[in-house]
Amino acid sequence: MGTASHAGTGQETYERTVFGFWVYLMTDCILFATLFATYVVLQNNLNGGPSGKELFHLPFALSETLILLVSSFTSGLAVMAAQNLKKVPTLTWLGATFLLGLAFIILEVTEFTHLVQEGNSWQRSAFLSSFFTLVGTHGAHITSGLLWILVMLFQIAFRGINIASLRRVACLGLFWHFLDVIWIFIFTIVYLMGAL
Amino acid sequence: MFGKLTLDALKHGPIESGVSYSVGIVAIIVITLLFYFKGWEGLWKGWITTLDPKRIGRMYLIVSLLMLFKGVVDAGMIRAQLAFSVGESHGYLESNHFQQIFTAHGTSMIFFVGMGVVFGLLNIIVPLQIGARDVAFPFLNSLSFWLFSVGAILVNLSLMVGNFSGAGWLPYPPLSELQYSPDVGIDYWIWSVQIAGIGSLLSGVNFFVTILKMRAPGMTLMRMPLFTWSALNAMVLVIFAFPILTVALALLSLDRTLGMHFFTTDGGGNPMLFVNLIWAWGHPEVYILILPFFGVFSEVVSTFSEKRLFGYTSMVWALAAITFLSFLVWLHHFFTMGAGANVNAFFGVMTMLIAVPTGVKVFNWLFTMYGGRIHFKTPMLWFLAFIFIFGTGGMTGVLMAIPPADYQVHNSLFLIAHFHSMVIGGVLFGFFAAYSYWFPKVFGFTLNEKIGRYAFWCWFMGFILAIMPLYVLGMMGATRRLDHYDASTGWQPLYIVAAVGIIFIVLGVILQNIQLLASIAERRRNRDYTGDPWNGRTLEWATSSPPKFYNFAFVPEVHGRDAFWSMKQAEKAGGEHEHHYEAIHMPKRSGMGFYIGMWVFLLGFGLIWHIWWLVALTFLGMLIFTIIRLSDDEPEQLIPASKIKRIDLTKRHVHNGHS
Repeated sequence: MGTASHAGTGQETYERTVFGFWVYLMTDCILFATLFATYVVLQNNLNGGPSGKELFHLPFALSETLILLVSSFTSGLAVMAAQNLKKVPTLTWLGATFLLGLAFIILEVTEFTHLVQEGNSWQRSAFLSSFFTLVGTHGAHITSGLLWILVMLFQIAFRGINIASLRRVACLGLFWHFLDVIWIFIFTIVYLMGAL
Repeated sequence: MFGKLTLDALKHGPIESGVSYSVGIVAIIVITLLFYFKGWEGLWKGWITTLDPKRIGRMYLIVSLLMLFKGVVDAGMIRAQLAFSVGESHGYLESNHFQQIFTAHGTSMIFFVGMGVVFGLLNIIVPLQIGARDVAFPFLNSLSFWLFSVGAILVNLSLMVGNFSGAGWLPYPPLSELQYSPDVGIDYWIWSVQIAGIGSLLSGVNFFVTILKMRAPGMTLMRMPLFTWSALNAMVLVIFAFPILTVALALLSLDRTLGMHFFTTDGGGNPMLFVNLIWAWGHPEVYILILPFFGVFSEVVSTFSEKRLFGYTSMVWALAAITFLSFLVWLHHFFTMGAGANVNAFFGVMTMLIAVPTGVKVFNWLFTMYGGRIHFKTPMLWFLAFIFIFGTGGMTGVLMAIPPADYQVHNSLFLIAHFHSMVIGGVLFGFFAAYSYWFPKVFGFTLNEKIGRYAFWCWFMGFILAIMPLYVLGMMGATRRLDHYDASTGWQPLYIVAAVGIIFIVLGVILQNIQLLASIAERRRNRDYTGDPWNGRTLEWATSSPPKFYNFAFVPEVHGRDAFWSMKQAEKAGGEHEHHYEAIHMPKRSGMGFYIGMWVFLLGFGLIWHIWWLVALTFLGMLIFTIIRLSDDEPEQLIPASKIKRIDLTKRHVHNGHS
């Protein structure tokens, strides 16, 4: 249990923040759960439009999945390097995570652009509305994660690793793994179950 | 250039224009006074940029009370319309305006009065009760407050620029879709509630962590005061329920702005999906509002009965049971949707089940009084009124939990009477009890008892007159949200009684204001030098009234339930402790919460009016300010032990000099 007498010292702020971030991630989990529920309810409301079977290409989605899994691994290496106070490896692995995340986003935007150009935008049917919203919300999270990585790269490059940046990298690592887990669910429920 | 915003948005009828002008005039007076008394610096340094939860809590309460004023005025207008709008006469309000008023009434009362008083009290009391100096995330707390305020500002802005939603406090599609509500009213509702809701969600995380991680040494979970327990349960509900609200509102706005088909009648959308989502949040929400006041009543009853609370453990488990069950009853808000007999039966049984832990609580309060040394101060009066009103309201709730019975009274005034019993009798009376109970702790002097009693009786009589007739009207077939009815219905006399009830309530409000002014005027006589005016039992009474910014010079050590009570007993037995002052870490004040809040305000305005360049600009501004704040490595300051000692000894000196 925390004691209030040293409120604000580095170690306590660290523990409290990481715990608070876990709680935040749980709220985000409920948010995605609600979007998944919406998707499941609406996925057969095609409105005469195409179904997932006609739209999804499993090899494409699989490559997205693999990229994200590898990025989860590199982000884990970045957190470990930061905990060992090694600046250059931290920057390297964070940079690798950034590039992989960027590749993922580019693939997702490509997929969305194709869908829209073929006339299958979010306005086409309730199924596509919920598809774009669920997958797009995950993409928006990844994008904000990319921004976070950029900020951390600058902070660590110019200020080095201290208790504050360590705390932020630890939360960033949690965030990134969490988004990976969500993607596994998207891959399974949306792409696999939709295409098979 | 300005999206849907044209000069027409500023044209209004006489009532709205009158309100707009009055708001403008009050704003000019306040600004002039601030210049005259050179109050800007104090306002900025002491309030707007403060990270002190006691001050943030007071700001929450001020915003809530302003919104309560608005909500009561709305209620008065609804009642006045219905007292006269019968047969030939169509009252003084057009249907469109009437719809906006009942929507604004519900929205203000639930989102900005209910949530505001909950978070206001939590901010002021929870850190004190757990013997902490601050909340877990002080800056996040300030940001939450400003997001809440931005929501309140947007609701009020709709009076002046454009119009508000007319689709009820929960805008059911398809009425709330673009097809049927093309103007900006629904968008005002969506974005004000969305922004305030995200503030509430952040606060939920904050207080959850505060209660779990920042308790004084020795305060185990089962030694926590009941108010803190109820706050913890309410925060669990916030954490689980508010993300669902965020999604439901986001999907509705995606339908309206990007042409999606979640809840539309065409394109494969499903309007009932919205109703399910919104109540999956909405039912836990009513428990978020009421649970903290169960906590308040637990404190009040045990303090004013000079007894420890009866059945502490069962009280805690009852709270937990209510928290759990509140997620399994949402469908009772729409039995008439036709989900089938088995589904309705399940939700009906679950709903009735909630009455069990609630009954446990009611009996525990009564048993606490039994054999106690009862002091009938104002908070106890509010408690007794609560038991009566909440009891009748609860019983009508169980009645409506039976699906076939619900089919008869669904959306009738019977339902309105039921939930007003719960919200006024529970939340509002609970807040008034908390107000008179903790006022001396926050401001250092007690409130005038006599005027407080007068105000109580006006409110109580007013409530009976205004709400009880609605049960009868509901049974006679009157439905909610009507603005006109036929003379042959025979409803008018009861509607007039209900309107008279509002007059008594307004009288109660006036008396409460007089009570406040009179108490300020005689504050020297009612000053609380001890910090413990009621012979209290919990830690907030162990420090001075008002507490210093650091709450406790020495972190208290807890050895049992009712920590302060046992400290007092130990002191009587002659135990004195030697204390050494030590340096305290406190957060530096920060204007970033306010700045980010203002960016979000403009962002919300841009989204409502479809001014896309403003949306892009303010989104960027919000992002940059957030990054700047989160990159700050030194948000804290160290206050040296010598300074703490000086402040603390001055306080004790004053205390000894007067007692």
